[in-house]
Amino acid sequence: MSPGTILFEPDDRYNAFLTVCNHAPHGNGKLSGIAVAVKDNISTRGIETTCASKILKGYVPPYDARVVELLKSSGAAIVGKTNMDEFGMGTTTENSAFGPTLNPCDTGRVPGGSSGGSAAAIASGMVRMALGTDTGGSIRCPAAFCGIVGLKPSYGRVSRYGLIAYANSLEQIGPMGKTVSDVSTLMEVIAGYDRHDSTSHDKPYTHTPRADIRGLKIGIPREYFGAGVDPAVAAVVRSAIAKLEELGAASVPCSIPSMEYALAAYYVTCTCEASSNLARFDGVRYGPAADTKKSWHDAYQEVRAAAFGTEVRRRIMLGTFALSSGYYGKYYAKAQVARENVRKDFERIFSEVDVIAGPTMPTVAFRLGEKSDPLSMYLADILTVPANLAGIPSISVPCGRAGAMPVGLQIMGRQFEDERVIDVAYAYEQAVS
Amino acid sequence: MVTEKDVHHIAELADVGISPGELGPFTHQFNAILEYFDILDRVQGDAAVTRDLYNIMREDEVEPSLSQEEVLRNAPAQEEGFIRAPRVME
Repeated sequence: MSPGTILFEPDDRYNAFLTVCNHAPHGNGKLSGIAVAVKDNISTRGIETTCASKILKGYVPPYDARVVELLKSSGAAIVGKTNMDEFGMGTTTENSAFGPTLNPCDTGRVPGGSSGGSAAAIASGMVRMALGTDTGGSIRCPAAFCGIVGLKPSYGRVSRYGLIAYANSLEQIGPMGKTVSDVSTLMEVIAGYDRHDSTSHDKPYTHTPRADIRGLKIGIPREYFGAGVDPAVAAVVRSAIAKLEELGAASVPCSIPSMEYALAAYYVTCTCEASSNLARFDGVRYGPAADTKKSWHDAYQEVRAAAFGTEVRRRIMLGTFALSSGYYGKYYAKAQVARENVRKDFERIFSEVDVIAGPTMPTVAFRLGEKSDPLSMYLADILTVPANLAGIPSISVPCGRAGAMPVGLQIMGRQFEDERVIDVAYAYEQAVS
Repeated sequence: MVTEKDVHHIAELADVGISPGELGPFTHQFNAILEYFDILDRVQGDAAVTRDLYNIMREDEVEPSLSQEEVLRNAPAQEEGFIRAPRVME
């Protein structure tokens, strides 16, 4: 398609978008003229980028994130910025300062989070593909809850330059789409080395999904089917794994003992990193004006108390506490040892199997307002955080329904074997479609 | 266990502000979360994690950058081409 503009006027009844670009320019290339939505924590030059926070209301980035440059040079039309939990902190997209996104499968339920706007935009057919970010499950959870495909790439495979940081050591930008092929195509566009991200690896992705999984060994961790996992969800995922066996794969029971403390390690790490990262929001260089007549401390507190949501303030405070004098050894240092144990568990299992499979989420999508207690919300991330702690690739692919709601099959792979998790997801998708 | 006084102190350190009405619920939630974090006490060892990692450095080269106008565009308070900020010294 020759360069031009596409007209984008979606009926956004799910509040999936925070900003819509009605006339979206596009170029030539692999994604020429395809409407792509971008999560609102990814910088887009000239397009408001808020992280779904009042503290960034009106902020217009003066530069593009690396992934946005890559989208543009591949010809994609950036049609809008999608709703999310404020700064990525949440599992439902209810923590948006601009109202929750609704799940297109059932508008009484959440779409998952934090990339809930991207997932809902795809599930409702407003766009074919979108970018999300995944710090502890924020691509895979909404993919599972909305019945679409989402990949958290291996850490370092996609540049984070221009991503507004929440927890740098855990998060990755990744592709979301209706099909595995679309996710693979978008991954091909965004992956690759970027010298502006010091954690970037030179691992471009040029892969066409292959459905042949004969001889593949799939680890089935018992922790992914244990206490806390809805039996109806577990049953749907078990029959998906049986389908993979029919296709020639063999399943191997395994165990990830470090799962016992993985969630605590994750929440200590991400809140500590958040407490440092979010210090930059001070109402001086951007955001609502700090009262320059007051002292710095008073002005800073006033702006942040008014413009950060409750969950963001809670996480900044938890991180500040965990890093404070006398507690560092008890929380942060222990969390890093636990994180290494998670990595070692995966290394051990991946010496015997090619991928690990289980449910993406322990339940189907929650009802709006159902998770009002922060700890019970955090516990819902138990099956997705291990991949972030270990930096390994993980995909969620729809595998049926429990009741009326979609269930996601999660497939995790060795570091930098994103191609393999794509292939397994593709094999499943092709077999059932 | 943290007390309301502790939570108030943390809010001060973190510069996020806290209202009297928030102190109770925040303290209650904090204690539930910290109690859950106690599971980390079971993790054996506290040695620093050593991995085969290395720093990635680059030359400090001058590259095209944002103009002053672009840099200032998002600043809510400005004066003569500078960003206005609150007083740091009392």
